[in-house]
Amino acid sequence: MKVSYFPGCTLKNKAKDLDRYTYRTAEVLGVALEEIEEWQCCGGVFSTAKDEIASKLSSVRALKAAYKKGQPLVTVCSGCHNVIKQTNYVMQNDRDFADKVNRYMAEEDAYNGETDVYNYLELLRDVIGFDKIKEKVVNPLTGKKIGAYYGCLLLRPSTVMKMDDPENPRIIEDLISALGAEPVVYANRNECCGGYIALEDPKSAEKRSLDIIRNAKANGAEMIITACPLCKYNLIKNGADIPVVYFTELLAEAFGVKEENDGE
Amino acid sequence: MENKYLKDEVVRISGVDPKKCMRCGKCTATCPSFDEMEYHPHQFVYMVESGDIEPLLHSESLYKCLSCFACVDRCPRGVEPAKLVEAVKLSVIRQKESNRLKADDIAKYLDSDMPQQAIVSAFRKYSK
Ligand code: SF4
Ligand code: SF4
Repeated sequence: MKVSYFPGCTLKNKAKDLDRYTYRTAEVLGVALEEIEEWQCCGGVFSTAKDEIASKLSSVRALKAAYKKGQPLVTVCSGCHNVIKQTNYVMQNDRDFADKVNRYMAEEDAYNGETDVYNYLELLRDVIGFDKIKEKVVNPLTGKKIGAYYGCLLLRPSTVMKMDDPENPRIIEDLISALGAEPVVYANRNECCGGYIALEDPKSAEKRSLDIIRNAKANGAEMIITACPLCKYNLIKNGADIPVVYFTELLAEAFGVKEENDGE
Repeated sequence: MENKYLKDEVVRISGVDPKKCMRCGKCTATCPSFDEMEYHPHQFVYMVESGDIEPLLHSESLYKCLSCFACVDRCPRGVEPAKLVEAVKLSVIRQKESNRLKADDIAKYLDSDMPQQAIVSAFRKYSK
């Protein structure tokens, strides 16, 4: 199976692990990731303003490139996923916005949100199936207690993201179970780590992140997994004393394709 | 911009109808930045509705929203307060020389582990 893949700026820099393990585990599953040619940064955060057009064009270009190849568009980073999915939604549902974008791009074929956008997690659940994932596990993570950290970007706004129940998600917990480990459910798993406020107000990010780490640990988590480089950064920076890793790394470990000397 | 026009502009670019708000305060109760904000999400809604936007324009609260969309998802009336915060903030930073974050400022905030995502997101939020 071939899919279009949007890695995003962070996966080519600080989050190389997220990219590398996505490729490796996709290979195990027989999925060929075809990187969008000359993709541009999604901008990291979606502006909800209706008249904000230029900043959404990089997402439209990626969506359109996938459409031309007749492929779904796969993201991994929560940030890219949120921006691209929200952009696709307005291209589908806001005629005025879509017309402006199509006129601006001045290409013959208009784009109206036709592409299916999957986060890699959704590809694993909805296209490949967690049963198939389970079959590919050679190194079950038996006994590991793992807390899924969703944060905001995968789940909200839920009318657009439609990944899972925004207040009681289970997609990552189900993945953890498929890998043979034990999911730890805790209340703050869908609350914000502070996100980009880490840049100019790190104290505020610290408060947000500490709430999450404490809550996960109090419920017995020995490890936290995430799909978001910024969540990972905030949790580690603000005192996580349990490992915080990308879900793709865990997947690679269970599939036996993580090598000892891997790392930045 | 005169306040009447400003209100129209904010309502138009946000797509929010502040009149739908029943002032239950749930958006504020769920907002992770509640402590940092002088004007809370439900106050944004009320102040925009009543045209009392001036104080918001000068408030640090504009830059404390995390775009977490908790208020958007959890508002029982579908008001989507975060979209108003974004619209008011844009009406400020779109003015000449009003970028909150300047390229020259970045170096002082960086540390070696910070992901690119943090920097591009902050730029998108704090600058035009
Ligand atoms: S949650 Fe919705 S209805 Fe309640 S105060 Fe906030 S905006 Fe108004
Ligand atoms: S989107 Fe902004 S205003 Fe709304 S709950 Fe999150 S931080 Fe608060």
